Amino acid sequence: MLSAPRLGNTDLSCLHNLQELRHSASLANKVFIQRDYTDGTVCKFQTKFPSELESRIERTLFEDTVKTLNNYYAEAEKIGGQSYLEGCLACLTIYLIFLCIETRYEKVLKNISRYIQEQNEKVYAPRGLLITDPIQRGMRVVSLQSLQTSVCVCECMWSVEAACSSEAVVSPP
Amino acid sequence: MKNREYQQIDPQALATPPPRPLPEHMPKRVRRKWEVFPGKNRFCCDGRMIVARQSGVLPLTLGLILLTSGLFFIFDCPFLVKHLTSCIPAIGGVLFVFVIISLLQTSFTDPGILPRATPEEAADIEKQIDNPTGSSSSYRPPPRTKEVVINQQVVKLKYCFTCKIFRPPRTSHCSLCDNCVERFDHHCPWVGNCVGKRNYRFFYTFIVSLSFLTAFIFGCVTTHLALRSQGGNGLVFALQASPASALELVVCFFSVWSILGLSGFHTYLVAANLTTNEDIKGSWSGKSGNEDIGNPYSYNSIIKNCCSVLCGPMPPSLIDRRGFVPSDDSVQTSPVEIELPAAKNDRNMVGRAVTSGRRPPPSPPVVTLQQPAISIQSHSTA
Repeated sequence: MLSAPRLGNTDLSCLHNLQELRHSASLANKVFIQRDYTDGTVCKFQTKFPSELESRIERTLFEDTVKTLNNYYAEAEKIGGQSYLEGCLACLTIYLIFLCIETRYEKVLKNISRYIQEQNEKVYAPRGLLITDPIQRGMRVVSLQSLQTSVCVCECMWSVEAACSSEAVVSPP
Repeated sequence: MKNREYQQIDPQALATPPPRPLPEHMPKRVRRKWEVFPGKNRFCCDGRMIVARQSGVLPLTLGLILLTSGLFFIFDCPFLVKHLTSCIPAIGGVLFVFVIISLLQTSFTDPGILPRATPEEAADIEKQIDNPTGSSSSYRPPPRTKEVVINQQVVKLKYCFTCKIFRPPRTSHCSLCDNCVERFDHHCPWVGNCVGKRNYRFFYTFIVSLSFLTAFIFGCVTTHLALRSQGGNGLVFALQASPASALELVVCFFSVWSILGLSGFHTYLVAANLTTNEDIKGSWSGKSGNEDIGNPYSYNSIIKNCCSVLCGPMPPSLIDRRGFVPSDDSVQTSPVEIELPAAKNDRNMVGRAVTSGRRPPPSPPVVTLQQPAISIQSHSTA
């Protein structure tokens, strides 16, 4: 409980509501899309649409994003002519070539970062969401979090702060 | 009580310059992620190299290789160059370089460590797992598993209590390094590191080139002694003339069998796309009598298996050793101190808890403007 008696009841209730909102925001605002291991150890994410996002974004947009990400990862991990060439060359140079050049996987990861940034700007931020690049989560999950609630909390809290500081200064000794 | 609180307000304090930071909020040096890494690993060169905490017998391995090769180049090569060909030190040199470089790469490369789950992820997984008993913190629930069908095989994914994740297929937790490692093969004390997805090809190159080097040195030393003992001199004379060769002979004789055997074993594993861990546990060998079990990761072609294991794309390191730790502490409280300077001196004022040194609860890394709000909120729960 607050020990500053000068704060009005409305301010107190506002703070309690914000506290609950903040608590729920920190838990409920992150949705995690887990890995799909049905094709083995290749990096692939589940395209199942999470129920928490039903009111936030269209199913097709979400599925397109995840499918595109899966395609990028499949391209990075593809075992074909280019990867064999890279592998054989690396073997002949005792893999020292990995220290010098950027591998195909790293190039694709850069493309993925760019794609995610673009998706965030064009599709997700207008809907108050933010996708985190899976590489920052150890390729375990694609995490989606809500931006809107955080911004609302911020605005309310600044006004409460202003109220507190004005009360503290004005009170007579 | 009320009056006493407000008597302590000092109007002079309002005009004071921005308050000095409290000792616990002094600006901290920005740290790299390797410095706060939770596993039992050691890092060198500011996070560029990673090695297990216990280096095992890596110094012994290096020492033996350097010693034997050194003696070979110093004592045997001159004789063999004179009597045979100068290709011998050249071939020996190439093999030696292969061995040392691949050994160092195996030891100092991240084997495929999976970073631990963030608290939000762990909470999300907990929510998904049905736990009807409502266990307390001291009771460890039964092992959690998730089943997934890969290539018509049922594979069980186990939950790692340390890393708080469901381990991907072929991933295992190394207790020595305290990390989950992808495509975990084994923890090799000779190289002082785990062998996993990212450094298996280095390890394979190491043992194959080492078996060639050992066999080569063994053959050359035998030839050297044979040539010396010709002309009625005898083996004893030869050994007396070149005592170092005796030491090399002993070392090579005892190591060539084990290393050749290991190379052969790993060649089989590569051809079958298996890991040592799976082979030892008999995961796919159908020991339980179930004939339907087979390796779901194999391409059913030796060449394709070899290519995918040894020549496949090199996955990146997932642990981002050299990234910077986000400095939440220094950002969170300093803006609020500037906002409410008058409250600093009074414990009962609203703002005091902000500067009381209590660490605010961790916030999602979304908007930095949010940070001051958390501080006030934490006081409201007091």
